[in-house]
Amino acid sequence: MTAAFLALGRADIGLTGLAASGGLIAVGVGISLWRGLGLERSLLWAALRALVQLLIVGWALQLVVDPDDSLIWSGVWLLFMLLFAAWTTAQRAAGVPKVFALSLLAYALSGIVTLGVLFGFQVYELEGRAIVPLAGIVVGNSLSATVLVSRQLLEVASEQRGVIEGRLALGLSARDAFQPHLQRALRTALVPQIETTKAVGIVALPGAMVGLILAGVDPADAVMVQISVMYLVLGSVATTTTVMSLGISHELFTPAQQLRRL
Amino acid sequence: MPEQTSHLKALNSQTRSVGLGVGPAVQPGSGFGLGSGLRSNVDTGGIVKGSTVECVAGRTGFSLREVAAGPPEAPILTDITVDLPEEGIILIVGPSGSGKSTLLRLLNRLDDPLDGAITWRGEALSAMSPPTLRRQVGTIFQRAPLFEGSVLDNFRVADPDVSPERGGHVLEHVGLSAALLDRDASTLSGGEAQRMCVARALLTRPKVLLADEPTAALDIDARMSIEGLARQLADEGIAVLWVSHDTDQVRRLADHVLAIVDGKVAAFGHLSELDTHADPIVRRLIGAPT
Repeated sequence: MTAAFLALGRADIGLTGLAASGGLIAVGVGISLWRGLGLERSLLWAALRALVQLLIVGWALQLVVDPDDSLIWSGVWLLFMLLFAAWTTAQRAAGVPKVFALSLLAYALSGIVTLGVLFGFQVYELEGRAIVPLAGIVVGNSLSATVLVSRQLLEVASEQRGVIEGRLALGLSARDAFQPHLQRALRTALVPQIETTKAVGIVALPGAMVGLILAGVDPADAVMVQISVMYLVLGSVATTTTVMSLGISHELFTPAQQLRRL
Repeated sequence: MPEQTSHLKALNSQTRSVGLGVGPAVQPGSGFGLGSGLRSNVDTGGIVKGSTVECVAGRTGFSLREVAAGPPEAPILTDITVDLPEEGIILIVGPSGSGKSTLLRLLNRLDDPLDGAITWRGEALSAMSPPTLRRQVGTIFQRAPLFEGSVLDNFRVADPDVSPERGGHVLEHVGLSAALLDRDASTLSGGEAQRMCVARALLTRPKVLLADEPTAALDIDARMSIEGLARQLADEGIAVLWVSHDTDQVRRLADHVLAIVDGKVAAFGHLSELDTHADPIVRRLIGAPT
């Protein structure tokens, strides 16, 4: 599989190609101006920011893709990635108790479990060029689902307070009293990913596979990589949201099994 | 209230052991785990000492000592000391925001006090497992919390092993048709939903029932039927602590009244005794005849 990643090096669209693709942003800006959407600045800022971020990432990736380089650089990268993801989650799900610590734990555990399987069974070789992108897939795809499940649990704890306390008042433990809400929130977070996985190849061709094919990789190899990536995404989203929601459920209640006021 | 006072005295004049007649799952004489029912025949009302009230009526259930509760930055209850008898119906009254509901939530540990001590039947609440306490001290809320599914599904939250037969018996016991057992709980009327919640609470065999303005959102017919149900349960030996701001309801329902004003106990005693209370606020809260 490493060959597939190495093949990326063959793709070279050059500055002209980059500029041409950037012209597509002009289309978006034109539409915004035409329809009075007021999104021109946002579109340009998003395009510029993505360009700068990816150029920096590309430069930084040089540090980790060389097989001769120490895995410490990959470790540093992973740590930064985890901290940034946890910080982003904390910003987007403000109000959730201990959200930074919980999301950091969730992403880390998810990474250990999913990447542990992939590297443990030697699906990919344990080297920087595999560790960093795969960890990025784990964290990147789990982030929105984690934010979603966190926000939903916070909302439920407030809006469904009467029902939750109704169960507590019947002598249910905090865990049992919150279980139906936890299940619903997890389903909501996981179903989109499951549906995306079901529709893959029919509705849309996944990005990683398209990228590999464009880079000149045999489509059969690209499909194999894509399948492993999809399973990785599904597993990581499931693991992260589960850890996160269990952690939040725990934090929502006091040791005396009382629903906290947030 | 003379008929209620005499009614209570009649109840107190005998040691009773009652069953709720809800089918074979309930042993004769056990009620819903009620056990011995009312034992005391002492009926002396309460003595007010400043904000401290000593109650010498019947068996003491909850005892509160210098209890403060509410948000730490602005406590709602500041100094509650009272012994509440475990019999009949105790109405908890007070102006809006005086801490009536706050007090009720302390008694089943949905909240804990900021300060002070609460015991139930001599045991510190803080030392009791909250789920165990809550199964013995049932709660009825102002807005009946309905769980997803049928009435039977709701019952199974309280008692996972409840049979349809027993569920039907419990429904009939609270004045509802057993045929409602398969109805989606969300389709019940306000009065039916509140009765169903009482039935659901009874499945844990409570010894005390806390009711936080349970009829505030109901029409007059439903209100009267829930009040009748509370009286029935009190007669069967399940003590009821009922929060209300409706003076007519206080006069219809109360055996004892606990008046809370400004986070403190303003008065506690039999309704008839409080009718002549020195504090006009207390007299107004209970709708005392002028």
